[in-house]
Amino acid sequence: MIPEIGHYALILALCVAVVQGSLPIYGAAVGSSALMAVAKPAARGQFLLVLLAFCCLGYAFAVKDFSVLYVAATSNSQLPLHYRLAAIWGAHEGSLLLWMFILSIWMVAVSFLSTHLPEAMRARILGVMGLVSVGFLLFMLTVSNPFERLIPAALEGRDLNPLLQDPGMVIHPPMLYMGYVGFSVAFAFAIAALLGGTLDAAWARWSRPWTTVAWCFMTVGVAMGSGWAYYELGWGGWWFWDPVENASFMPWLAGTALMHSLAVTDKRGGFKAWSVLLAIMAFSLSLLGTFLVRSGVLTSVHAFATDPKRGLFILIFLAVVIGGSLVLYAWRAPRVGLGGSFALISREGMLLANNVLLVAALGSVLLGTLYPLFLDALDLGKISVGPPYFDTVFLPLMTPAIFLMGIGPLAQWKQASLPALAIRLRWAFGVSLVTAVAVPWLMGQWTPLISLGLLLAFWVLATIVVDLRERLVQAEGGSIGGRMAALPRAYWGMVLAHCGVALFIVGVTMVKGFEVEQDVRMNVGETATLGGYTFRFDGTQQVNGPNYVAARGTIQVSQDGREVTVMYPEKRRYFAQNQTMTEAAISPGLLRDLYVSLGEPLEGGAWSVRLYHKPFIDWIWGGCLVMALGGVLAVSDRRYRLAWRRKEAAVPATAQMARPIVS
Amino acid sequence: MLMLLLPSPATAYEAQPLAANPQAEARLKALAVELRCLVCQNQTLADSNAPLAEDLRREVREMIAKDMSDKEIIDFLVTRYGDFVLYRPPWKLTTTVLWLGPFLLLGAGATGLVFALRRRQKKVTDVTLSEAEHSRVEKLLSEGVHRP
Amino acid sequence: MNRFLIPFGLFIVVVGFLAVGLTLNPRELPSPLVGKAAPEFSLPQLHDPGKVISSNDLKGKVWLLNFWASWCGGCKDEHPVLIHLAQSGEVPIYGMDYKDQRSEALAWLKEWGNPYQIVAVDEPGRIGINYGVYGVPETYVIDKAGVIRYKQIGPLREDILEKKIMPLVRELQNQ
Repeated sequence: MIPEIGHYALILALCVAVVQGSLPIYGAAVGSSALMAVAKPAARGQFLLVLLAFCCLGYAFAVKDFSVLYVAATSNSQLPLHYRLAAIWGAHEGSLLLWMFILSIWMVAVSFLSTHLPEAMRARILGVMGLVSVGFLLFMLTVSNPFERLIPAALEGRDLNPLLQDPGMVIHPPMLYMGYVGFSVAFAFAIAALLGGTLDAAWARWSRPWTTVAWCFMTVGVAMGSGWAYYELGWGGWWFWDPVENASFMPWLAGTALMHSLAVTDKRGGFKAWSVLLAIMAFSLSLLGTFLVRSGVLTSVHAFATDPKRGLFILIFLAVVIGGSLVLYAWRAPRVGLGGSFALISREGMLLANNVLLVAALGSVLLGTLYPLFLDALDLGKISVGPPYFDTVFLPLMTPAIFLMGIGPLAQWKQASLPALAIRLRWAFGVSLVTAVAVPWLMGQWTPLISLGLLLAFWVLATIVVDLRERLVQAEGGSIGGRMAALPRAYWGMVLAHCGVALFIVGVTMVKGFEVEQDVRMNVGETATLGGYTFRFDGTQQVNGPNYVAARGTIQVSQDGREVTVMYPEKRRYFAQNQTMTEAAISPGLLRDLYVSLGEPLEGGAWSVRLYHKPFIDWIWGGCLVMALGGVLAVSDRRYRLAWRRKEAAVPATAQMARPIVS
Repeated sequence: MLMLLLPSPATAYEAQPLAANPQAEARLKALAVELRCLVCQNQTLADSNAPLAEDLRREVREMIAKDMSDKEIIDFLVTRYGDFVLYRPPWKLTTTVLWLGPFLLLGAGATGLVFALRRRQKKVTDVTLSEAEHSRVEKLLSEGVHRP
Repeated sequence: MNRFLIPFGLFIVVVGFLAVGLTLNPRELPSPLVGKAAPEFSLPQLHDPGKVISSNDLKGKVWLLNFWASWCGGCKDEHPVLIHLAQSGEVPIYGMDYKDQRSEALAWLKEWGNPYQIVAVDEPGRIGINYGVYGVPETYVIDKAGVIRYKQIGPLREDILEKKIMPLVRELQNQ
């Protein structure tokens, strides 16, 4: 009964979505307030209906209802409750419901937080989001129904893949989807602006916080995916340039470019058409990601079970939504005004150079991901494009971007002078160079790549210090604390986010440059040394889990005779599908991770064990977290706070400082 | 005398490396991380536990023991399985777009940016503000700063 | 107007490729050995381990080399097709028992029938690697000069046999 309620809720939601996607947009075109007013209640109604459907599916999982096909395929009577609930998004159909649920959350957020927007704009934004949800609901109701029944009901479920039975499964997909789906808001803003012809700096100002929040979620989502792979997969890897990983990285790159481009559009009214195009691109990449994961077109560890029918549906949806948006763009964008002018050497110029680099990087990742498909489609053979390609290509493109990151914030708007900038930054450059050469030399191993990575990281930090000093000198407020408080939060957000990037680079450079590993056979009582630590194997014992049995090893770790920690790597066998899984033991630390995984049991109670010493690896994900915090800080800036928006507009929205004359 | 024959309880035995020949194993690892496991869902030969992957690692180990060069080992695998087995796409006519693409993209983007800025500078001229407009600007800006 | 249509144009090209991609199988690996000499082998026979079957013995005739194993599900699916083909006598089929146990292989053939002239035993799987085998079953068409002319990945089906393999076999036999 409950699954049927969920099913009907989705059907109703589809009806509401169709209404939401049509009436408000039409109403905005003809100026009918009544029709435009349909948008808000429709969005909120959809949220309630999708929430109901989501809860129904959750209920089916909670009570182990194996008469629902999806539950039988991804759950098991011995699966603990929290994983049963996480299994809601464990496979294709349920993850679509999660997508839809998160879309409805964003829609309801827009409906509540858009009082300052003109009526027509809000109607169009919610209308566009409604159209997107029509696509997803239709997809679910036609070929991917999570509520499909299994008659007769299965006696036992097939179980959630053991790799997914992990806290990471509870948080990573929702975070990631919040990001993916969040870009639909920026997309909706862009389409609304194109439809209405009101493409100006105000539009950029309204779009920015939504874009930034989506970007924050995306950053956390991708970082979590990487961190989860690191501790779950058992061999310490954290990024493989796998097609599905790339599918999440590309929208992130586009989102980063979009945030920076919107800064130019907001401040100087320039490059509006480009910002709109980026917003369309970011969401298109989200949809493309959805396609790549579910269509079977590319091989990936992360891919859902594939079905060409589903692939075709998503492709048609993709073609309609993105094709339509790009046609609208080609039609309306040429009429958009140009905004203020600026020189190539200026803050705007550097922000746009950043955009060029990010989009080139994005294009390269897309090229590498789809290239095997291109060649195969043209019958030119089968190739593989993997980490060696991406690493070779990505680094040269990102290096100038990081370098610019140091100069951009110091450059003046409209016109800056390179020689003047060079003088201001010479100290920062010197310090970075010296540190970049000294540190690896002190640590005993020097390669050009290590120095390059450290140079970039220290450059970012040093330039932040220079910029901060200059601004504090100029700020009003008396004491240092007062002056710091006088600087807007958006600035601190930028500082924090850029610091996050520097931390990330340090992490990647140090791990790749200095990590060590050892594969040993360990009898009980034997020791191995790695990275200054001594690991002693104390044998294994059997441990019973809720749905698995495991051999748990005990490893005593000491340094210079002092005991540091005890680690418990496991080799688990899950009952449902008789799958074996390695659960690595990690001892995290600020300056290093120790990573131990069990290999195979050998004679006499011995085991083959793999030991890793990974310096600074947690700075990778720490850096990403700091980046996201920077974004949150930027969004909490005074100008976006609700109290700032006044009901009576004393300043007409279209007032501009310099009126452009188009000749 | 007997004491010398008994193992000292304080001695910790050093664990032996898993591989018989650690240098060869290191070379195997360096090769295997760039080779693809053919039956897996996108994994390297180094990381996979599939039977075919183990067989191929065994073959590569034997080739290393026979003192074959890296190029010879890679040729051996490519002859049998094609370029698909390499994660680093080889330089060929069909992969020139792949390898040059990113830099062409960058070039195109940079050129596009420079042209767009030049075009903009020709079309847009700033208008100076009148006295009244100037004082209005001052008023608006000062209002903003003092808001609580 | 023109340059604003570029994103749309690029998009259409990508969609076109993705659409074609839906019809392709990214995991199927065509063999680079087609058109090259079949790797030589000299292996013990399954039914008579004392005797050796060598690829050289088979020069001068067109033959099929079928890699199979008793643990392989797809091999069971294609087996009736092989039996049928063997009964027609049009082309000799030689089996390569890949990474299998002798007793299990013999039992399997006893239960399901034996379409092979001779079965070679490749227990370590080395010959399989030489032939670029990455899964069983796989079947090769080899001509009189010992050159591989066609590779079938996955189970044989009657329609593939009729449309692709047998016309090729007949053409090679007439040479």
